[in-house]
Amino acid sequence: MTPGEPLIRWDWVASHATEIATRVGEHVELAAIAVFVGFVIAFLVSLLVLRFGRLEQAATFLTGTLYTIPSLALFALLVPYTGLTILTAEIGLVGYTLLILMRNIVGGVRGVPAEVTEAARGMGLTRAQILWRVELPLALPVIVAGLRIATITTIGLVTVTALIGQGGLGYLILLGIQLFFSTPLIVGAALSVALAVAADGALVLAQRKLTPWTKGARALPHAGLPPGT
Amino acid sequence: MPQRGATVVFENVSKRYEGGAVALDDLSFEVPAGAICALVGPSGGGKTTALKCVNRLVDPTSGRILVDGRDVMSVEPVSLRRGIGYVIQQVGLFPHWTVEQNVATVPALVGWPEARIRDRVRELLDLVGLDPVRYRDRYPAQLSGGERQRVGVARALAAEPPLMVMDEPFGAVDPIVRERLQDEFLRIHDRLGMTVLFVTHDIDEAIKMGAWVAVIQGGHLVQYASPADLLDRPANDFVARFVGADRGLKRLALIAVGDMELRKVPTVREGEPLAGSGRPADGDPYVLLLDAQGRPDGWVNVERVPGGTFTKGMADPSSPLFARTTRARDALSGLLVRGVRTGVVVDDEDRYLGVVALDDLISLLGRARA
Amino acid sequence: MTFLTSVAGWFADARHWQGTDGIPTRIAEHLELTALSVVVAAVIALPIGLYLGHTGRAAFLAINIANLGRALPSLAILAFALPVSFALGLGLGFWPTFMAMVPLAVPPILTNSFVAVRAVDRDTVEAARGMGMRELQVLRSVETPLGAPIILGGLRTATVNVIATATLGALVAGGGLGRYIVDGLALQEYERLFAGAVLVALLAIGTELGFGVLQRASRHTATVGREP
Repeated sequence: MTPGEPLIRWDWVASHATEIATRVGEHVELAAIAVFVGFVIAFLVSLLVLRFGRLEQAATFLTGTLYTIPSLALFALLVPYTGLTILTAEIGLVGYTLLILMRNIVGGVRGVPAEVTEAARGMGLTRAQILWRVELPLALPVIVAGLRIATITTIGLVTVTALIGQGGLGYLILLGIQLFFSTPLIVGAALSVALAVAADGALVLAQRKLTPWTKGARALPHAGLPPGT
Repeated sequence: MPQRGATVVFENVSKRYEGGAVALDDLSFEVPAGAICALVGPSGGGKTTALKCVNRLVDPTSGRILVDGRDVMSVEPVSLRRGIGYVIQQVGLFPHWTVEQNVATVPALVGWPEARIRDRVRELLDLVGLDPVRYRDRYPAQLSGGERQRVGVARALAAEPPLMVMDEPFGAVDPIVRERLQDEFLRIHDRLGMTVLFVTHDIDEAIKMGAWVAVIQGGHLVQYASPADLLDRPANDFVARFVGADRGLKRLALIAVGDMELRKVPTVREGEPLAGSGRPADGDPYVLLLDAQGRPDGWVNVERVPGGTFTKGMADPSSPLFARTTRARDALSGLLVRGVRTGVVVDDEDRYLGVVALDDLISLLGRARA
Repeated sequence: MTFLTSVAGWFADARHWQGTDGIPTRIAEHLELTALSVVVAAVIALPIGLYLGHTGRAAFLAINIANLGRALPSLAILAFALPVSFALGLGLGFWPTFMAMVPLAVPPILTNSFVAVRAVDRDTVEAARGMGMRELQVLRSVETPLGAPIILGGLRTATVNVIATATLGALVAGGGLGRYIVDGLALQEYERLFAGAVLVALLAIGTELGFGVLQRASRHTATVGREP
């Protein structure tokens, strides 16, 4: 960052390759745990909200508040109680995912067309069967959309956890800030963006695999009955 | 695929909602096994509510509904529904399942073995006019409206239910498709013999499809009768208006020309001389020319070729031919449109049976009570 | 309970309310930075978003730019802004933070303005055109007022994001309430840390609620155009 210095010193990158790889690993680990735990909690809360509509307001208020509080502040509120540990980081990260995941799970299930659930009910599926065999599968696209947003956001937030002693790519960014050295800073930032894009892409592919019927919108030519049947 | 029908009895069924709204008021009627019963009436009049009481999507506040003698309230709703075929207007096919998986829904729920299910799906797709090989693995999004309705019917029939309950089943398709679906459904019903209760706002559909019609207005059963009785003797002004001012014409739709008393006219075969005196008794010079198989070619004027024989080229074909299954109403239309007074009725092999005159058809109209 | 009492004690201490590190000063710094960034971002993003929404162009970009913005971690943007700031001779503190926050605030404002205009009932817009309004008038008098709740939603998201990033600004020698958190961590003074976090949280929640009120107030009922 001193004028005259190149933005990236590739020799530094080469010599620190293992460290960079470790940081990427830490970053992925922190993010994966957060999204996974967040999804489990959000899923359970969503099931409750779908069953007992009155809970929705409270649930939205709580998850919404968690989401609004800036990440650094949220970690800071936890530190005096849970220390500069991975637990603090995970509590904060998980808290962030809850709102978007809950909104999308509940919204996705509610978005299933009414006639589909009516037909299912009239045909004799139990409530549990309707939820698991009809509503959740059909809600998958919306749920995965929520997962994508949650994952991308979490990957971004993991960088902040470096401030409370966790590793990840944020460590490199902080290093660059503290040493006035642009290379680790740019490498850390660029890799976290790349990681987010890769995760997003992977989720999109997974969704396509899991929902083969969504391709059907491009209909086959009606080789069957003539038009008007 | 022999199947039996269940009897359905409504006994003083009432449905009152909290706040006082009365959806059904003391409904009582019986549907015999294997019959098709149409529930008609104005929107919001309670017909859909009545239908939904049968498979317990709605529970009545008083009264009973007996299916094959058993009170539906004594059966657990889920198992009750698995034994009743349910079809709704928008079909509600499961978008994430193939046609096969959709049709197999209830059999799979009640635990049929896979092989039996697969055979059943094939059988049903054939029955509803969809080639199993081509349609089995398609998703609903790849089907047209008419195709979806057919799959919906197949799905409802999958577990061989003795009773089907349908809510405006053909309402969401255009009139041409609807007519075809109605005809095909009647054909399926002929084969399977299940009892059918269906809701429709279309009085023509009710008359065409139903052996029994229940007119429900404001939660009350206003009239329960056969279509002919409904048209001939509407119970009150409301029914008369609901049935439509063209009651007489609707009545004609129920009669086939083959069932009418047809007039006979003098006929002559191609290449043969006229029988008898060579001239029709009443002085009318026109005679119907038939070919060797007895199929009509058209009218010939005996005065033009006295004592001779006739060939097809001499015949005037202006009278339309009506299959004996043609509805009297369609025959009337046919004659009026062509501006002729006589139509020739033929059998399934197109052979002459008799003629029907405009006057005969018009007199049928008059028989419906005003 | 003892930790919270000591935090209360920190708040009670009069010294913490005076001077350059005092609570009022820090709040003011935070608000100034936030307001400035949001306004600049809005000046850039609103016209573009509204224009694209009105014409329907570049829909893919307009809709997805918010997603793109989400993928960029704020710490990373802040980090990128540092060398730029130095290259421009603007140093640490205010400028890198400001330069990081504007790009973070633009996406939600742009996407939401686009969506807001697109969501206005086409019939209403047609009616306006049919009455002889010019395109700009339609945008100004019909689409923007009817789209106001969603536009405000975008501003709300942007502002809350900026408040969050401004907190991080303390890492690059910026001011604002983030100072308490960063210093608290560095000096292991957990009362200061916690107090700063509480203040930031309250600021963010307050902003959310405030915008919520504004959004509700801006919602028009079904009767369009009560007065000219």
